[in-house]
Amino acid sequence: MKTAETPFGFVAASYLTRINNQQASSLDELRAGLDQASDASIFYHTFQSLGRHHFLVESFSNDFAQWVMAALNRPILAEWLGGLDVRDYVSLEDLRGDLRRLAAEYCDAHPAEAGVTAFEPFYFCESVEVAVPLGWEAHTLEEFRGSLAHLSHSSFYYHFIASRLRLQLRTNDFSQWLSGSLGADDLARRVNRIDIYTNTLDSAREEIVSLIDREAQRQ
Amino acid sequence: MIALGPALDRYVPLLGNEVEELRALARPLTGAEVLMVNSTAVGGGVAELLSRVVPLMQELNLRAEWEVFAGGKEFFEVTKAFHNALHGGAFHGGPAAFEVFRSCSERNLARLQLDREFVVIHDPQPVASIDGRRAESGHWVWRCHIDLSNPNPEVWEFLQPWVVRYDAAIFSSPSFARQLPCPQYLFYPSIDPLADKNRTLEPSFVRSVLERHGVDPGRKLLVQISRFDRLKDPVGVVRAYKIVRRYFDCQLVLAGGTADDDPEGAEVLEETREAAAGDPDIHLLQLPSDSPLEINALQTAATIVIQKSLREGFGLTVAEALWKKKPVVASAAGGIPTQVVHKHTGLLAHSVEGTAYQIRYLLAHPELAARLGAQGHEHVREGFLITCNVKRYLSLFLHLRGRR
Repeated sequence: MKTAETPFGFVAASYLTRINNQQASSLDELRAGLDQASDASIFYHTFQSLGRHHFLVESFSNDFAQWVMAALNRPILAEWLGGLDVRDYVSLEDLRGDLRRLAAEYCDAHPAEAGVTAFEPFYFCESVEVAVPLGWEAHTLEEFRGSLAHLSHSSFYYHFIASRLRLQLRTNDFSQWLSGSLGADDLARRVNRIDIYTNTLDSAREEIVSLIDREAQRQ
Repeated sequence: MIALGPALDRYVPLLGNEVEELRALARPLTGAEVLMVNSTAVGGGVAELLSRVVPLMQELNLRAEWEVFAGGKEFFEVTKAFHNALHGGAFHGGPAAFEVFRSCSERNLARLQLDREFVVIHDPQPVASIDGRRAESGHWVWRCHIDLSNPNPEVWEFLQPWVVRYDAAIFSSPSFARQLPCPQYLFYPSIDPLADKNRTLEPSFVRSVLERHGVDPGRKLLVQISRFDRLKDPVGVVRAYKIVRRYFDCQLVLAGGTADDDPEGAEVLEETREAAAGDPDIHLLQLPSDSPLEINALQTAATIVIQKSLREGFGLTVAEALWKKKPVVASAAGGIPTQVVHKHTGLLAHSVEGTAYQIRYLLAHPELAARLGAQGHEHVREGFLITCNVKRYLSLFLHLRGRR
């Protein structure tokens, strides 16, 4: 079995939620809020929201879409916002731009709805990431599989989802290591293609383990 | 003060490697001195929380301690008045009350040794402890467990000069927070899955509790656990149940504390009795204040758990029900929508009719009810367990240490 040039170092990750002094009570205010919110706030309500609700696979994608549906009952805009796939973005600025564009298009098309007060305000928060070494390292695919199977949800989320943005790449920690340090390019690509919206974190992890098993058999 | 609580290893069967991750997060904090300060040693949610969090921190090799702010009857009357005023009520205490607060705080400052790397002050009672901070020493955090969204201005203006001197503040919900110059963090209240109120019970015990109260274990059961208080709308629950009864055979249990020392509670209980109008399938139970196993049994036996509050703090009875994988129908009040993500971890309603409709829908679709319950359980596991609380504290300590 091939040994990696650099071992994969797993981390223990945790995400604190910081409450910002900013809220929106209508679509107009949401549109303005999307302009003013920090990058960390956009991250929290999109990427981080996926991690917080990792066990849901039906119609939950980000906090903005959920709020527009639950607090304003605007299913069209909720679907538009929910249709954004964070994997398509390499910068939060682009993601913010699309969120804002969709909110603006809807408000322009439905001006009477833009000022309607929501059942409850949207509170802008942001995420503070804290990560420390877990003390687990993998030098081979077998060791990697063994540790992956026992990783907690937040550590799996850190490596598989949050990493896309942290690294400013269209990939994740696992695929980057599989390709860069083990030379398993095809496996890396397959891992990166796993749909994080229709999987739970557990089922995504199972899929990675199953892809690794198939790769091991092939070798 | 030494607190006793469950050992970390006992959580492994429930949480798996989350426990290993807690140990990893705690490793850089080995030997760190932590002091928690509140105003009661027993009774109340904060004391219950600290009696579990502090031992877990100690087991993770932090030098965690818990001190209690000493205050006499006069001080607690003042802080009770503050508490009500901070929730938006009137305040009639005047300068004399403020003087009682100041002098009691000074006496405690003379008594307590507060010099630690991390000092966490819980709620308004000991907020003036920050007067005992040496210049630039340690990291001071104010943990506010109450809703500060609409405080009485006189009381808030009195307390605010202390609050703004902390390095960070913690609130239970974004809607409870205020605009402050220091960073504010979100820590959800939590339940302990190993506590009597939440641990798995023997079916025979659950059955015996139902039978003792005359509830038929073989029929569908709707349950609301809350004191007989108008803000919990027990009469509204009875009205919703009566609508549901037109379509489904079911029973209703409304269980709360005894109303002996609470005149308004007795009044509300009487109103609820009148609304029930002798229906033998409506059971109004007055349980002694410390009945965790009975409450657990009723939640465990429920087909659907209801929390139809008109106003709510955080509403941890919802997390208790979700942890037991129960489908929940609840009002969108206070911290409830944080726990009940509509159509994902339960169903929200805004009226008696809406509550009845959501209950009917779940009774007609047991597969959906089971899925909401299972997803609710995961939601609680991710955010509302005592171990999540410890993890947030560890993360905050690491973050504060990194900032300096």
